[in-house]
Amino acid sequence: MTDTPKRTPLYDLHVELGGKMVDFAGWEMPVQYPMGIMGEHKHCREKAALFDVSHMGQVILKGDNIGEKLEAICPQAYATLKEGKARYGFFTNEDGGIMDDLIVSNAGDHFFVVVNASMRHQDIPHMAANLDGVEVTEIFDRALVAVQGPKAEDVVGELCPAARDLTFMETTVADINGVECRISRLGYTGEDGYEISIPEADAEAVARAFLAHDDCEPAGLGARDSLRLEAGLCLYGNDIDQSTSPIEASLSWAIQKRRKEEGGFPGAERIQRELAEGAAKKLVGIKPEGRAPARQHVEIQCAEGNTIGEITSGSFGPTVGGPVAMGYVAKGHGEVGEKVNLIIRGKAQPAEIVSLPFVQQNYKR
Amino acid sequence: MTTYYSEEHEWITVEGDIATIGITQHAADQLGEIVFVEQREAGDEFEKGDEIGVIESVKAASEIYAPVDGEVVEANGALEDTPGALNENPEGDAWIYKVKLADAAQLEDLMDLDGYKALIG
Repeated sequence: MTDTPKRTPLYDLHVELGGKMVDFAGWEMPVQYPMGIMGEHKHCREKAALFDVSHMGQVILKGDNIGEKLEAICPQAYATLKEGKARYGFFTNEDGGIMDDLIVSNAGDHFFVVVNASMRHQDIPHMAANLDGVEVTEIFDRALVAVQGPKAEDVVGELCPAARDLTFMETTVADINGVECRISRLGYTGEDGYEISIPEADAEAVARAFLAHDDCEPAGLGARDSLRLEAGLCLYGNDIDQSTSPIEASLSWAIQKRRKEEGGFPGAERIQRELAEGAAKKLVGIKPEGRAPARQHVEIQCAEGNTIGEITSGSFGPTVGGPVAMGYVAKGHGEVGEKVNLIIRGKAQPAEIVSLPFVQQNYKR
Repeated sequence: MTTYYSEEHEWITVEGDIATIGITQHAADQLGEIVFVEQREAGDEFEKGDEIGVIESVKAASEIYAPVDGEVVEANGALEDTPGALNENPEGDAWIYKVKLADAAQLEDLMDLDGYKALIG
């Protein structure tokens, strides 16, 4: 993309806080602040961190029977998603691949959807074309921030008592600093926390109010990536894409029982077949035994030396204190405890298949 | 003792025919928090421009390119267990290699401190 990267309503605040700005999916975003990725990561696990995720696509769906209509393009049970609840899901294509992953919330008189920044250009027309009689409106005038960590409830709750009453995957509308915000108890770090949609004019004041709390520090995309990897959460474009099925991606938990049995979504044939017979490959956690991080595209070999797959996400895990990775291994491999080799710069480095997540998830159920 | 600098953000000091090579503070700052260093072993020979190691930060891997021809005399083993020292003191204790220079004349192609300061602005 040659277009000038876009700026979020919090751009000036990032610069003021010393954020190192990079182009991410067409947006000028902070990859880290002076604290550094490791410090920000640990701060989020121990206290609370504020992330700007305004680059993600926020979409309002209005009309009748939205949940049922979403079921035609998603394998999730959105028809039965209750008001005030949010649910992780994905759009599938006719081949059973994942077009994007998303969070759908039932906001009562409408549905609220958040999609990936890099896929919003695809997802908005996809919804508009396939949700008959539903008005699909992309929101450009609201920021989206995440407050994540064991102290997130204190940070947000001090300004917004209603936030304390939410449990994991619940959503509501409430005032923060006199501004009406949508507050959802969810995130992308494995920690308790919230994502909060704020009118753009008020976003900086609300963000500053969160940061005024002693336990809350700003964190950038770098920490966001290492946090989600330790939490075993997929990144669209790395771990999942148009060709990978949800079963391959170990996301069958995100397809509800009725939908698994009844099908009726794009690619159901492949997905139901893989549910019954297993998929050709499977996304697993991989823990290198040495200190060398295994990055995306590193080859995975079985103990006998045959290629069995590839790393899709890999980095240093600050909480784990060593390298962590996820990758696909061929059918017949991937049992927890299996020893494999990772070919890093031509040398075989020993690693082990481990269960995900690397760090215990800490949600408020 | 004169210190030379390369465009790849390395520094070199020379005593006799043995040179010490490391990365500059500027390079370390740009890389971010360093979590792993892969080094060649003593006895390995290399030419100017060869990849002679890799430095990994939380985010990415960066190659170390040889600023001169030579042979590894010693790799700084302390970096194996404390790679973060490269962020703390890259122009001191956290040197990367002691090398035997093959051609001391190559030093003349490198920059002095003023030249390097001009490069990094």
